[in-house]
Amino acid sequence: MEKEFPKYLGKDTAVKRMVKEITVLSGKGGTGKTSLTASFMALSHTSVVSDCDVDAPDLHMLLKPEVLEKHEFKASRVAEIDETLCIHCKKCEELCQFGAIAEEKVDPILCEGCGVCEYICPVAAVELTKRVSGNAFISKTPYGPMSHALLNPGAENSGKLVAFVRQNAKKVAEKENCELIINDGPPGIGCPVIASLGGVDLGLIVTEPTLSGIHDMERALGLLNHFKIPGLVCVNKFDINEENTTKIIDFCGSNGVKVVGKIPFDPIFTEAMVAGKPVVEFAPKGDVSKAIKEIWARTQTYLFAI
Amino acid sequence: MIIAIASGKGGTGKTTVAVNMALSLENVQLLDCDVEEPNSYILLQPTINEINQVCTQTPMISEELCDYCGKCSKFCAYNALFVASKTIMVFPELCHSCGGCKIVCPKNAITDKERPIGIIKKGKAKDVEIVYGELNVGEAMAIPLIKAVKNQIKSDKTVIIDAPPGTACSLVVSVHKTDYCILVTEPTPFGLHDLKISVQVLKDLNVPMGVVINRAGFGDRKVYQYCEKENIPLLMEIPFDKKIAKLYSRGVPFVTEMPEWKKNFQNIWEKIQR
Repeated sequence: MEKEFPKYLGKDTAVKRMVKEITVLSGKGGTGKTSLTASFMALSHTSVVSDCDVDAPDLHMLLKPEVLEKHEFKASRVAEIDETLCIHCKKCEELCQFGAIAEEKVDPILCEGCGVCEYICPVAAVELTKRVSGNAFISKTPYGPMSHALLNPGAENSGKLVAFVRQNAKKVAEKENCELIINDGPPGIGCPVIASLGGVDLGLIVTEPTLSGIHDMERALGLLNHFKIPGLVCVNKFDINEENTTKIIDFCGSNGVKVVGKIPFDPIFTEAMVAGKPVVEFAPKGDVSKAIKEIWARTQTYLFAI
Repeated sequence: MIIAIASGKGGTGKTTVAVNMALSLENVQLLDCDVEEPNSYILLQPTINEINQVCTQTPMISEELCDYCGKCSKFCAYNALFVASKTIMVFPELCHSCGGCKIVCPKNAITDKERPIGIIKKGKAKDVEIVYGELNVGEAMAIPLIKAVKNQIKSDKTVIIDAPPGTACSLVVSVHKTDYCILVTEPTPFGLHDLKISVQVLKDLNVPMGVVINRAGFGDRKVYQYCEKENIPLLMEIPFDKKIAKLYSRGVPFVTEMPEWKKNFQNIWEKIQR
């Protein structure tokens, strides 16, 4: 798969969307995005799930996908200097804005594949080659199709790989007549998160009642607002600090954001993870599963009313 | 000495370790490189004494000089320029500031234009100097801001870098050229899976590493077995403790209420130096 993806930020408005798409995000890591996404997928019967956390993907450990297709992902290039041709003029070193060239050697970690060194070299001693940044997979799980990927350790272009994963999910959704795509988003609010949000119908923010959780949720809501994507919030581990949970609910209330539920702190999440199962399947009768089912029902109601 | 605190998986306790360690040692500068979601200042509550805007260079086209030859857009590896008959468009959010378009333009029609991507704040909390970046909401390019935060390193200090989650380029830039990396993980399958990828990144970068296991007592023993097999030193365990979790939720670094923990962080520091 060598296709370039020119612009992953834009919303595709030309095609009228039939398949709905939701992204689960959080800002702060470790609030429970993946555990919830896996449970939503287990509760849903007509969805495709995609893991948009391509550099630290965890969803496969709960959904146990069987890989049907694998695509190599090459989106970036890296420069290499042929020592036998180099005349030590140092022009490349001077012009490299990434500080990637020192003593006629390219540091592949710093190189961003722009091609300035190749262009400027008077003796054509520099060559840019495509590098494999990762692999994308289309799989089936007991709950439906899954699109996922694995970025090579330390690689760039996670945003482009996220866009590729989502494209694959859309193709599968159309082929399999699925009505919904559920994206498990990465932490943060930067490049890969933006790539996981472009053009989706709804963002569901999973937060926790810690000061960091609240701070990061506010930035995540800001991001949804920036891209004019409607947002919902749910509070995980709400009983760790009920005072902060109240603050979250008040903040959302005064900003017109719907809170779709709260989940108690419970080691059952970790136990389900160790067992490799979505928590709603591992402990279907527990309080946690009850809360997740409610959140999913409310989210769907909201999503299909948009 | 420069120590990075990283994890792979988010929410394992990087900031907790970075902040509590900073408060346990002397002469510390803490750099928060998680510019998308900086949290260490929430725990440290520093007095801010300097705020600077960080910009990247993006192309500005002189429509008078441009003859729409299209060489710039053909060269640009990031699709940040688009040229059609009598039109040229710049997509600054895609630009990596390589300067290539300026070099290839035969009409010298391209100059630099500064584009703000975020801010850097500097301050002090007790004896800890803190520098952190805040990426503008909606901005995709975190790397130049992380680099700008790292440019503030004071080499005469004990520098602690709070790295962002993940194992991609922002982790690489944060831990690049550090002397040691502490990987914070939790004893769960997710923690272990992401730890393994981070270990690979650090091996590729030749950064020595050790592991801190947070929320010990939960999950399973596989992280322990992995560290033993890979010969990665286990530096410390922080047990799952409701008191620690409660303090964190209120934004209180736990060493301030549980000062007996300071010596554990000092021990890590000594272990690392050896």
